[in-house]
Amino acid sequence: METKHLDRVVIRFTGDSGDGMQLTGTEFAKAAAEAGNDLSTFPDFPAEIRAPAGSLFGVSGFQLHFSSSEIHTPGDAPDVLVAMNPAALKTNLKDLVDNGTLIINTGAFIEGNLKKAGYSSNPLEDGSLSKYKLHAVDITHLTMTALEGSELTNKEKGRAKNFFALGLVFWMYGRETEPEVRRIHQQFAKKPQFGEANVKVFKAGYHYGETAEVFQTVYKVPPHVFKPGMYRNITGNEAIALGLVVGAELAGKKLFYSGYPITPASSILHSLAKFKNFGCITFQAEDEIAAIGAALGAAYGGSVAVTASSGPGIALKGEAIGLGVMTELPLVIVNVQRGGPSTGLPTKTEQSDLFQAIYGRNGESPIPVIAAKSPGDTFYCAIEAVKIATRYMVPVMLLSDGYIANGSEPWPLPNLEQLPRFDVIHRTDPAGYFVYERDPRTLARAWVIPGTPGLEHRIGGIEKDSLTGNISYAPENHEKMTHARADKVARIAQDVGELDLYGADSGDVLVIGWGGTFGALRQAVQTMQTQGKKVSHAHLRWLSPLEPGLAKVIKNYKHVLVPELNMGQLRTILRAEFLVDCIGLNKIQGQPFKVQEVIEAIDKLLGTTTATTTTTTTTTTTVADPIGIA
Amino acid sequence: MSEAIKLKLSKKDLETDQDVRWCPGCGDYAILATVQRTLANLGIKRENTVFVSGIGCSSRFPYYMNTYGFHTIHGRAPTVASGLKITRPDLDVWVITGDGDGLSIGGNHMIHTLRRNMDLKIILFNNQIYGLTKGQYSPTSSVGTKAPSTPSGSIDHPLNPISLVLGAGATFVARAADTDAKMMASILEQAYAHKGAVFIEMLQNCPVFNDGVWEGVKDDPKNKQILLVDGKPLLFAEGKKGIKLGADLRPEIVDVGDGPGQTPLSQILVHTEKGSPVYANLLAQLTLPDFPIPMGVLYRLEKPTYDTLATAQIEDAKAKLGLGDLNKLMFAGMTWEVGADGTQH
Repeated sequence: METKHLDRVVIRFTGDSGDGMQLTGTEFAKAAAEAGNDLSTFPDFPAEIRAPAGSLFGVSGFQLHFSSSEIHTPGDAPDVLVAMNPAALKTNLKDLVDNGTLIINTGAFIEGNLKKAGYSSNPLEDGSLSKYKLHAVDITHLTMTALEGSELTNKEKGRAKNFFALGLVFWMYGRETEPEVRRIHQQFAKKPQFGEANVKVFKAGYHYGETAEVFQTVYKVPPHVFKPGMYRNITGNEAIALGLVVGAELAGKKLFYSGYPITPASSILHSLAKFKNFGCITFQAEDEIAAIGAALGAAYGGSVAVTASSGPGIALKGEAIGLGVMTELPLVIVNVQRGGPSTGLPTKTEQSDLFQAIYGRNGESPIPVIAAKSPGDTFYCAIEAVKIATRYMVPVMLLSDGYIANGSEPWPLPNLEQLPRFDVIHRTDPAGYFVYERDPRTLARAWVIPGTPGLEHRIGGIEKDSLTGNISYAPENHEKMTHARADKVARIAQDVGELDLYGADSGDVLVIGWGGTFGALRQAVQTMQTQGKKVSHAHLRWLSPLEPGLAKVIKNYKHVLVPELNMGQLRTILRAEFLVDCIGLNKIQGQPFKVQEVIEAIDKLLGTTTATTTTTTTTTTTVADPIGIA
Repeated sequence: MSEAIKLKLSKKDLETDQDVRWCPGCGDYAILATVQRTLANLGIKRENTVFVSGIGCSSRFPYYMNTYGFHTIHGRAPTVASGLKITRPDLDVWVITGDGDGLSIGGNHMIHTLRRNMDLKIILFNNQIYGLTKGQYSPTSSVGTKAPSTPSGSIDHPLNPISLVLGAGATFVARAADTDAKMMASILEQAYAHKGAVFIEMLQNCPVFNDGVWEGVKDDPKNKQILLVDGKPLLFAEGKKGIKLGADLRPEIVDVGDGPGQTPLSQILVHTEKGSPVYANLLAQLTLPDFPIPMGVLYRLEKPTYDTLATAQIEDAKAKLGLGDLNKLMFAGMTWEVGADGTQH
């Protein structure tokens, strides 16, 4: 047996949506974290909960990138593919690197399944897999054998097969089994018979690797050297929930969260609903509008109020966001973006709600917009959103996306004592109170809450007098108030930190990105810089107001490339704002960028001085004009 | 006299400096005056009282109440009021809405707010028409209502607000007319005392777009109204007529008395505010022109409110789990430490 040392590995688990691939991937990610690797995950699953077994559209995947050096993305292409059935093989094989490792559950390669996956011959037998290191294992049969004598039904036994696959890869990568056994028992504490069975099968998978002698090599990915401190693995939606609780605490306020079930935002509500002993109130409203209405009511009453949704839900909330703008109440609206329009791609990621966030309301209705760059970053963005909302008395939109929400990474735990507080003080002094009198620095009006004697007042969605807040249709007053609302958002720039500029402040190409593409862009630029290319990367955390630091550098490069998972929304804004001929790299496939796609786009710009178009080289065959527009 | 030592609120204390902008002769004036007078008499705390409204003529109401007020957006007042009440159980929250705002665009919020027994006092001004948008027919307009949007007469059937709210789970249901200040005041007082979801249907006249729509009820109260009194039989026409339950549970109008062809008083239905939902729904079905309509408190039920239950869950969690410790929360799940050498310990 040979042990090979690797710097990094990308592994993808694929199977039916009922095969437990998400659990398998999550567990293997925990083991990687435990072994001290840096890691990044990408769960990719269909919207259907239990799509018909064996169907192509029902394939669920979980990709994990683990490494002994720093990584920013879940990896471009898997080195290892685990396919639990023919459909999973069919839909994922094209991504596997040449000579990659392929683990196949032969037990599922029966005629019916092959037919459903559109195979006319069995790929295990027709030689079509010859360029891969194929490990054909009858996982179905071995699972049943491992559970012989168990009282579970055959169907229940069959469902444990993902743990066989997990055991097998544990062995391949030399992972400790004991912690996993503990975790399985913990997870199935309420159904110990399942826990027992899963452990048995998990061990069977591990021992199979050890004894079957089909694997000539085990791999070792040494630990990554992290900054000292405490760590945990965290997904974007978990981190956002924590950030909101902490944000409310730093404001010295109670958190009120209301939402309506929607993919991929629902799990924020699930997390917060468990935090009742922190005084968090969660409210599952009857619809998206009620969710934001309740949040506005809570904000009016003096809570840190939050609602979250995804694009379709945000569309429904538009009018109420406008009411928040008009009444100048603090509110955080989270949009965990997914592919659109309409129902679109509920479980796939996209960045196509930027325009909606910035412009998606009637009238001149500006709001600040902040976007998270990674799962762990949502924690800090949530805190910042709470801070800006309460400091400036304005609804703040926080953009996340499906990729960040479900993906995970090792996260250095923050030292809460070191996070600066921003305690809210409600005005209680009636002397000289005017409802719309503004703070000279922030232009915020005072947050006076019901229950305060002597300050009774009325607010609403009708235009109000710039001082008293009484209804006013006066022409000059409306213009004055329209400017005041815009100026207030513009002034937030004074509280926005330094631009995250990676590389020199001038050069050949500036790559500008926002949100969840951060990892792929940073990795691509890093790679090119090590090749001596004059490429820099500016990551925008605030999209409205635009980060002030950008204006200073954007004109210092020969080319500006704006990669986005949309048709070029930020690019349009940047062109309008700076009159700079930004070039887009645009991918609208419900999938994140591959680092290689970004590198190729930058290379193209470097290779020509008159480039107006750049295209990535995806292998998607069904899309006639896949990605890339100027 | 300063605020602090002033013992009794007057109606004037609840008025604002804003010009009231309703049309001359609008029924809203009478409702506003009665609300102001009644709440003053009840000695409410202005600072703890909030009026929340949606959009429409009635929804301008908060601007004229010298309390806290929030004029929100069309149909959504119950949602804003719910968020406020859940987070601030110490406040008295009133919702002012109309038949378009509360039953059409906001119908969904109405039913869900009531089913949660949200502790809100909802007053719906029912004038069977859209006023602020200039006279379109509303979800309570009678079939055949001629309006700018229905020049040939409306063809859809009106909904019965009382049936709807009983079905949704309101725990205090009442009806009054804008012309009957005494009854309005009495209902408002009882509503104020009720803990839970209050729904009051105010029969309100729009003199511009639907003048006289309730004339049948208001002009001839003796024959067209049943004044509900808890524990008393359902009588009208000065006690000469009453409501009896027929063979197939159909309500019937009968002559009351012991003579030939008359029904003895003992067979007349007796009003019970805390009666069964079946009875309350029967009352709701007494509508013009076939029946006189019941006025007063139709239904009342004591039941835990949403805010009470939500608060109890939080207190319960604190008692069971201890007051939340954010540091512990951060460390929940699998954590590991990386030492000074950059590797795990």
